Amino acid sequence: MSRLIDVENLTLQFDTDEGRITAVDNVSFSLEAGEVMGLVGESGSGKSVTAKSLMKLNPRNAVYGPDTRITLHLEDGPVDVMSLQNDTEMKIVRGGSISLIFQEPMASFAPAISIGDQMVEQLMIHTDFTKAQSKELSIEMLDRVGISDPSTRFGQYAFELSGGMRQRAMIAMALSTKPKLLIADEPTTALDVTIQAQVIDLMKDLVTEFGMGIIFITHDLGVIAQTADKVAVMYLGKLVEQGEVRDVIRRPAHPYTRGLLAALPTLDDIDAPLTPIPGDIPSPLERPSGCVYHTRCQEVIGPRCSAEAPQFLQVDTNHAAACHIHDASEGAA
Amino acid sequence: MSQPTLISAQGLSVHYALRGGLIGPKPYVGAVENVDIEIASGSFFGLVGESGSGKTTLGRAMLRAAPISRGDVHFDDGEVSYSLKNLGKQDLKDYRKRAQLIFQDPYAALSPRMTVRDIIAEPLEVMGLTSSRAETDERVREIAAKCRLNVEHLRRFPHAFSGGQRQRISIARALVSGPKFIVADESVAALDVSIQADVLNLLKAIQEDMGLTFLFISHDLSVVAHVCDHVAVMYLGRIVETAPTRTLFSNPRHPYTSALLSAIPSLDPDDRGKVQKLEGEIPSPTNPPPGCKFQTRCPHAIDVCRIQEPSLEPAGTEHHVACHRWQELRDQTN
Ligand SMILES: Nc1ncnc2c1ncn2[C@@H]1O[C@H](COP(=O)(O)OP(=O)(O)O)[C@@H](O)[C@H]1O
Ligand SMILES: Nc1ncnc2c1ncn2[C@@H]1O[C@H](COP(=O)(O)OP(=O)(O)O)[C@@H](O)[C@H]1O
Ligand code: SF4
Ligand code: SF4
Ligand SMILES: [Mg+2]
Ligand SMILES: [Mg+2]
Repeated sequence: MSRLIDVENLTLQFDTDEGRITAVDNVSFSLEAGEVMGLVGESGSGKSVTAKSLMKLNPRNAVYGPDTRITLHLEDGPVDVMSLQNDTEMKIVRGGSISLIFQEPMASFAPAISIGDQMVEQLMIHTDFTKAQSKELSIEMLDRVGISDPSTRFGQYAFELSGGMRQRAMIAMALSTKPKLLIADEPTTALDVTIQAQVIDLMKDLVTEFGMGIIFITHDLGVIAQTADKVAVMYLGKLVEQGEVRDVIRRPAHPYTRGLLAALPTLDDIDAPLTPIPGDIPSPLERPSGCVYHTRCQEVIGPRCSAEAPQFLQVDTNHAAACHIHDASEGAA
Repeated sequence: MSQPTLISAQGLSVHYALRGGLIGPKPYVGAVENVDIEIASGSFFGLVGESGSGKTTLGRAMLRAAPISRGDVHFDDGEVSYSLKNLGKQDLKDYRKRAQLIFQDPYAALSPRMTVRDIIAEPLEVMGLTSSRAETDERVREIAAKCRLNVEHLRRFPHAFSGGQRQRISIARALVSGPKFIVADESVAALDVSIQADVLNLLKAIQEDMGLTFLFISHDLSVVAHVCDHVAVMYLGRIVETAPTRTLFSNPRHPYTSALLSAIPSLDPDDRGKVQKLEGEIPSPTNPPPGCKFQTRCPHAIDVCRIQEPSLEPAGTEHHVACHRWQELRDQTN
């Protein structure tokens, strides 16, 4: 496998009327070509902001930390995403090498332009295809994602399609430029489980076929278990655990991951009580000191938890967590 | 074990008229078709199915908030007995007090200028159930405490609250009139998992504490498995299977129920590829297929399925299924 993207020390703050808030705090990860990374966490944990950072798509009130480095490894050499300035330079990452699909596909289709015209327009911006070639490829992609009668669908508008079909059309559009990296931000959250299973299947086939890397964002650990090779768990802008999917789900190393798994209703034991994580997710304006999870953590080991931010430490091969429990100096505990 | 039935539907249909159709029969959407359902007093009854299957409409019809086109709904709580189709104005007013809906997000439906206290008190004031402000406040405080809302918060505005707290406000508002029957429509769908468990536990505690009967509508079968004692599965306006929860999840008899269960993503990464995928989508209720409504997607469909609609028949203790082939399919799997 070859390295596709390196994200190092990604920190991102927003200037708001109520002050400066931290949305992503010193997050690092990397992805190989052909690898699927699940990015999981509850609302407000910074998943979408992280995804958009990879394409520098965050709004103007975003302030990136000075140590933030994002390196995209393309055939022609590495691209330093943070240094890209204007729209021309950004073209390489926006819709060319990286494609983004969202939870609500309506948001990415212009309402008054047909699906086909949008696909063609996108292809003509990012590739050297002629209009005729672009149309041919678009119809082929619509067919490829399981849309029946693709030539007719090509002329239709997003609102004319069902939720599942729209999500497929969006995947077709995102993949038509043959991106190296696909970021899927909650692509199945608004869908019924039956349609979700279809879309997940489709995405898996496409990874195998196109060999691209995928960052799959979701709050659903079941979806992660069925799609991802490795997982990164976020809480309040912090990466709290990272590892291979089996390790993280079977031997979660961070109390937050353990809490999430315990709160999840599963069909294996329908009589098991549901165990909530106590308290609420804090507002970004009241970011807890020390370990950001200490206000809800059920495994607090002492005053250190609220005083000092834990280091991201290796707990096993390819498995790391940010919790004082794993700190050697705490070893006796 | 057998509790009296609190609310039941007999041949209930809800049709919405469509425009057009100058010649021939008037076109309509059959949102709910010929539904028979019985909910025992004290039950936590789950209603599942894909979106568009008619869950919300059925729930609303049982609250007399959707038009009853055919059939009827009967409510009997031991104090009053109503036939919802022909409910007089006075009785309807009384019924509103006894049957309530929990909104998914009351804040979305209400004025941002209302305090939490006003939101919870509104049903009391609209229905004229209390005679003084002091009595209203007393009642609001009592119900807020039951819903584990901080009494200090009553004077605040709900936009300041988290999703979990807002859902508790919504529950308090539904409970304040002292209802017997509650429809909870996707009440935890918008909540994060770590918060969802808390709201579900609260609903269960309140139900047991106050002896309420719930119709719990959800698209999430895992949640339903954990909180409901009985489940009905809907597809294109029909109930296709209903059973005690344990039976439904261990011995599903309808191919649609099996497909729904199989589509839930397992937490075991080694289960990949084991999903039996359901192809296609739910058809539009304006133009339902002939015969069994599931025949366009059912892997077991045969000729009779395309001609004749199966009706609900007994398949075990309190277990009913609407499929021509359920016995045959059961014998194949055993
Ligand atoms: N444009 C913005 N301005 C201010 N704050 C923002 C903006 N976008 C996101 N945020 C904040 O950043 C945090 C992370 O948001 P987000 O990445 O959307 O979370 P997630 O996708 O995990 O639900 C949240 O607290 C959110 O309110
Ligand atoms: N007021 C209405 N007018 C016309 N059609 C409606 C109305 N309400 C619901 N429907 C239709 O009835 C069907 C069932 O809807 P609904 O009860 O909301 O299903 P669910 O809650 O299972 O998603 C859908 O096809 C929907 O479009
Ligand atoms: S550092 Fe302390 S508060 Fe944070 S997760 Fe670990 S034990 Fe819990
Ligand atoms: S009646 Fe036929 S089509 Fe319908 S669920 Fe049974 S086997 Fe499938
Ligand atoms: Mg998001
Ligand atoms: Mg609904």
